[in-house]
Amino acid sequence: MIGGLFIYNHKGEVLISRVYRDDIGRNAVDAFRVNVIHARQQVRSPVTNIARTSFFHVKRSNIWLAAVTKQNVNAAMVFEFLYKMCDVMTAYFGKISEENIKNNFVLIYELLDEILDFGYPQNSETGALKTFITQQGIKGQHQTKEEQSQITSQVTGQIGWRREGIKYRRNELFLDVLESVNLLMSPQGQVLSAHVSGRVVMKSYLSGMPECKFGMNDKIVIDKQGKGGTTDEPGKSGKQSIAIDDCTFHQCVRLSKFDSERSISFIPPDGEYELMRYRTTKDIILPFRVIPLVREVGRTKLEVKVVIKSNFKPSLLAQKIEVRIPTPLNTSGVQVICMKGKAKYKASENAIVWKIKRMAGMKESQISAEIELLPTNDKKKWARPPISMKFQVPFAPSGLKVRYLKVFESKLNYSDHDVIKWVRYIGRSGIYETRC
Amino acid sequence: MTDSKYFTTTKKGEIFELKAELNSDKKEKKKEAVKKVIASMTVGKDVSALFPDVVNCMQTDNLELKKLVYLYLMNYAKSQPDMAIMAVNTFVKDCEDLNPLIRALAVRTMGCIRVDKITEYLCEPLRKCLKDEDPYVRKTAAVCVAKLHDINAQLVEDQGFLDTLKDLISDSNPMVVANAVAALSEIAESHPNSNLLDLNPQTINKLLTALNECTEWGQIFILDCLASYLPRDDRESQSICERVTPRLSHANSAVVLSAVKVLMKFMEMLPKDLDYYGTLLKKLAPPLVTLLSAEPELQYVALRNINLIVQKRPEILKHEMKVFFVKYNDPIYVKLEKLDIMIRLASQANIAQVLAELKEYATEVDVDFVRKAVRAIGRCAIKVEQSAERCVSTLLDLIQTKVNYVVQEAIVVIKDIFRKYPNKYESVIATLCENLDSLDEPEARAAMIWIVGEYAERIDNADELLESFLEGFHDESTQVQLQLLTAIVKLFLKKPTETQELVQQVLSLATQDSDNPDLRDRGYIYWRLLSTDPVAAKEVVLAEKPLISEETDLIEPTLLEELICHIGTLASVYHKPPSAFVEGSRGVQHKRLPPRAGSGESTESPDVGQSGPSEAPPAVIPSQGDLLGDLLNLDLAPPTATVPSVQPSMQMGAMDLLGGGLDSLLGGDIGGSPSVTAMPASLGSAPAVGGGLGDLFDLGGGVGMPTGSYVAPKTVWLLAMKAKGLEISGTFARRGGIIQMDLSLTNKAMSVMTDFAIQFNRNSFGLAPAGPLQVLTPLSPNQTIDVSLPLSTSGPVMKMEPLNNLQVAVKNNIDVFYFSCQYPLSLLFVEDGKMDRQVFLATWKDIPNDNEAQFQIKDIHLNSDVASNKLQGSNIFTIAKRTVEGQDMLYQSVKLTNGIWVLAEMRIQTEPFLLSDLKCTEPRIVYANLLHSQ
Repeated sequence: MIGGLFIYNHKGEVLISRVYRDDIGRNAVDAFRVNVIHARQQVRSPVTNIARTSFFHVKRSNIWLAAVTKQNVNAAMVFEFLYKMCDVMTAYFGKISEENIKNNFVLIYELLDEILDFGYPQNSETGALKTFITQQGIKGQHQTKEEQSQITSQVTGQIGWRREGIKYRRNELFLDVLESVNLLMSPQGQVLSAHVSGRVVMKSYLSGMPECKFGMNDKIVIDKQGKGGTTDEPGKSGKQSIAIDDCTFHQCVRLSKFDSERSISFIPPDGEYELMRYRTTKDIILPFRVIPLVREVGRTKLEVKVVIKSNFKPSLLAQKIEVRIPTPLNTSGVQVICMKGKAKYKASENAIVWKIKRMAGMKESQISAEIELLPTNDKKKWARPPISMKFQVPFAPSGLKVRYLKVFESKLNYSDHDVIKWVRYIGRSGIYETRC
Repeated sequence: MTDSKYFTTTKKGEIFELKAELNSDKKEKKKEAVKKVIASMTVGKDVSALFPDVVNCMQTDNLELKKLVYLYLMNYAKSQPDMAIMAVNTFVKDCEDLNPLIRALAVRTMGCIRVDKITEYLCEPLRKCLKDEDPYVRKTAAVCVAKLHDINAQLVEDQGFLDTLKDLISDSNPMVVANAVAALSEIAESHPNSNLLDLNPQTINKLLTALNECTEWGQIFILDCLASYLPRDDRESQSICERVTPRLSHANSAVVLSAVKVLMKFMEMLPKDLDYYGTLLKKLAPPLVTLLSAEPELQYVALRNINLIVQKRPEILKHEMKVFFVKYNDPIYVKLEKLDIMIRLASQANIAQVLAELKEYATEVDVDFVRKAVRAIGRCAIKVEQSAERCVSTLLDLIQTKVNYVVQEAIVVIKDIFRKYPNKYESVIATLCENLDSLDEPEARAAMIWIVGEYAERIDNADELLESFLEGFHDESTQVQLQLLTAIVKLFLKKPTETQELVQQVLSLATQDSDNPDLRDRGYIYWRLLSTDPVAAKEVVLAEKPLISEETDLIEPTLLEELICHIGTLASVYHKPPSAFVEGSRGVQHKRLPPRAGSGESTESPDVGQSGPSEAPPAVIPSQGDLLGDLLNLDLAPPTATVPSVQPSMQMGAMDLLGGGLDSLLGGDIGGSPSVTAMPASLGSAPAVGGGLGDLFDLGGGVGMPTGSYVAPKTVWLLAMKAKGLEISGTFARRGGIIQMDLSLTNKAMSVMTDFAIQFNRNSFGLAPAGPLQVLTPLSPNQTIDVSLPLSTSGPVMKMEPLNNLQVAVKNNIDVFYFSCQYPLSLLFVEDGKMDRQVFLATWKDIPNDNEAQFQIKDIHLNSDVASNKLQGSNIFTIAKRTVEGQDMLYQSVKLTNGIWVLAEMRIQTEPFLLSDLKCTEPRIVYANLLHSQ
């Protein structure tokens, strides 16, 4: 298991060092600094083996988190734990920065003591942790016995993510369907790969221990219902459904039930959390098409023309559109003309950045640029990185629709109808690239 | 709250000041001071001098302060064991606290204080906490048992904690179950044969129930534990699979990978025609693909594992090629791994797409990545025959880019394509020749020269091309020089009329003007061949070459099987067995896949948990499970002089020693003390005895070799033709208590050999080099060097078949070579092997008869005294001699390096016979060899 956990700043100075196992010595702290942090570019793997000691590292802004071990540990678990550690720290004190870590080092040690025992990760749900590890450090002393056992049963319990006795005057929940659509397109307009990775994020403000059931237009479920025989609405059963390639759920979802019945039922954590992630590859609505045209005029000039076409209902508006057109390293000057929005050549980023605030569906816009090049004797050709695009649209490119979210709480006197529910769809660009 | 100020104090006399503050009456000041101490500790300053003052702060109601003090204690208790005792009382008191959080904190911290004296006090509180009413305390106590076991294993066993821990598997709280499973799994790793986990359908059922309810981490512990279970039949296997598959939808990638591991393993047992088998295969693909949308570090782990899965079961992901396409922003480590998998998945169906992608990658920025992409195109051509033509044209396009390293890489792979498909793509040679000038890397130049030489008859100006290289002959690297020499000779044989001058020129350059013996020798050989028998020369130089194989980079099957059992772990990331990077006994066990369903010949031992490979390792070394990994480790971990703890591995070794029916042999007794337990032994054939029991007597018989152990003459272990010109012969000797391996290294190749290193595979007696192989000067062609390599017996142990088999890897600047040899067991007879007479008598009686073996050694003309002397030279000691009915009886004892005793009764019969009756604490295998050695 994990033998030790170190946190460094960008210079390699150690900010936190917690050793869990006897086989990890202080020299491991230095080994990582010398061989990984100071080696900069040369380390080309997140797992490094130095003198039979393995180091796993992740970086958050300028901060290095490293887990150390001498055993054959579960590598996936170690990384998952490091990410979790970052989440927990963020939940406690915000951004992970050198200053914040130094300011909260006592708290971090306390957390590390709690969530990692002898190198074995323990309950690391912030909801549960916050009930007994607080920044003030005063809780835990003036609690009644009931409170204490409530804490321990929550930390170890089956529903470790939710505490008992939550009350709201207004029972409310918000569902956000957040999708990022990824595309790789050839210069000729052929889709090389496209997929949507989506998340359903839920904010729940519900009293008691509510039992929830979530439904969406999952093809498998709808086909099953269609077969079920109740053909009272034949017109509607042909309604659009989507094929989900794969999905993963928050640990509150009963996986065995999903596996057998494909129904998503759970007792939600309080507040904001990610209910599920999913991936689809079929019938994706690609909100934009990018048509590039690059022409080399002699050795010192490039002509670039890029057309973007929006491909969704005209009544909808896409926002925060940004097209990034890479330019060669030896660019000396750029002249841009665009019909809409603003475009600028950013020499430091080697790109022309074209921004459009809003654009309705079924429209097109165009930019053309002349790029002057300095003559070089470099034989190496310019690699032509792809043109990338950013945007945000108010629908789900996968076609996913929330059908229902039912809430049952038998002990308290509110019913599904009393819960106020909000659903919102946001589609964003993931890696949305067109080669040129 | 700004705690960062604690990091900044760097005054002199700081310790003194802190001391005063720690002893302050004001609580706040105390707390401040402790925080400063912890901050100093973090940055690596030594604040151990403050130990008593900090411990004094322990008695406090303030939980935060208490935790800080505990943190300090855990760090420094080891350096101040006596003072650490001061803390014990507080711990014991805290373990009785009303607040379960404090009870748990106390037991958790106590387990982290690695001081022997404290562990004694820990037992009682721990016992209570294991049965605490609060699950939080119980789950903490469960882990504490593992901590205690790490400090003092014996204590844990004596106190019965293991049983309590086992009971916790049935606990009502899922988290307690998960932690108990984790603790037991870890303890079981250091007791390979203890069957601690005792997995049976009932416990499995409990685990599967807990799996649905515990935290994500707990699910990982349980799944990893499940993976070591071997279901009884395919039905049980299927039912476990069915209950594990829901985990594939978990948000935690580690849960998913561990579930994949269980499924991959148990799938082996399912009949392929079963519907469920197909369903399962289909279910595995989506979660694996989803792993690729995780954070890059996890993607890397996932990709390394997918690489294994694709090799084991290509059908799972064969339709998912697109997801492995490289994204522009992927980190380089993800890109390189994706490329590998793309090549593995390349097939006729998707080759067009793959090629288009690879061509795209070849224009990227990262040089390593680009090179790999170009090589990948070549590999596609070799793998998918139908695509070869497109690959070649893609490569030609790339050559047109004129990017220097792309061109060079392309030429190297085109050479391979020519070798795979001779006489098919030679039309491109003209294009290749255009780039002759831009080649500056030796590998590319050599490849190009090879191509020109090989196809000299079709290249009109081949002589001109080669001549142009010849101008700077002396500045070229050896690789290029050799290639050029051969190419010109080929050219001459093909077009003798025009090139006579050229060949003479190169031959004289190679033989007269060169200092390189390798080159010189090759030159002479060609010269002589050409001058004496041109027909023979043609046959030699223009001989048909064997085709190159398609998949040279696959992981060797037994290693692959082992790695599949380690999915998700570091082993699967390194693609090495755990023994290659884990020290000591942990993880030394080899895991295997369960026997294939339907295959009747399941010769593997049924218990996966303790499977030391029970089959005889085949003669071809690389097929030995982990060996490849072990040997490849050559550079990573030179044999160190540090002695790893021998006890646990010893036990394994001893078990393995006997194999077959003798497994129970070593029962309980472990460790360094001479194990004199009696064991049953079956007297089968004596494999190691071979025919030559008497050989050694024979040898000794003629000349008087009074003392010193017998040393066999050197035999050839590694033939030059199998090892690129390196011939190794050798023998073993024991000199003055030190085991030595005498080696003669002969260079029969053309080039100088340097950088020698040696490594052994694990073997029955833990032989390992005690130092590096001392070959200080480079070994020039035809030179022989004798080296003596001292050996230690502290290496890792694994039973070999035959017992005295030793697998060796020798590395030099050219390659790594493997061979196996057998050492005489007398090597292992230690000097203090003379047993006390009384002990001997007692032991002799205690050994049951079935542990006895008899041998006749014929044709030896020795009397008892001479024989006794001779044997003593090999550390076989005569304890007593007795004459019965005119026959001399010798009673002898031998002790092996691993503490096993062998007792012998030797009857010198009528002149030509020597009858040896052995009783030994070990069975005959040992003894048979013992006689060998005399």
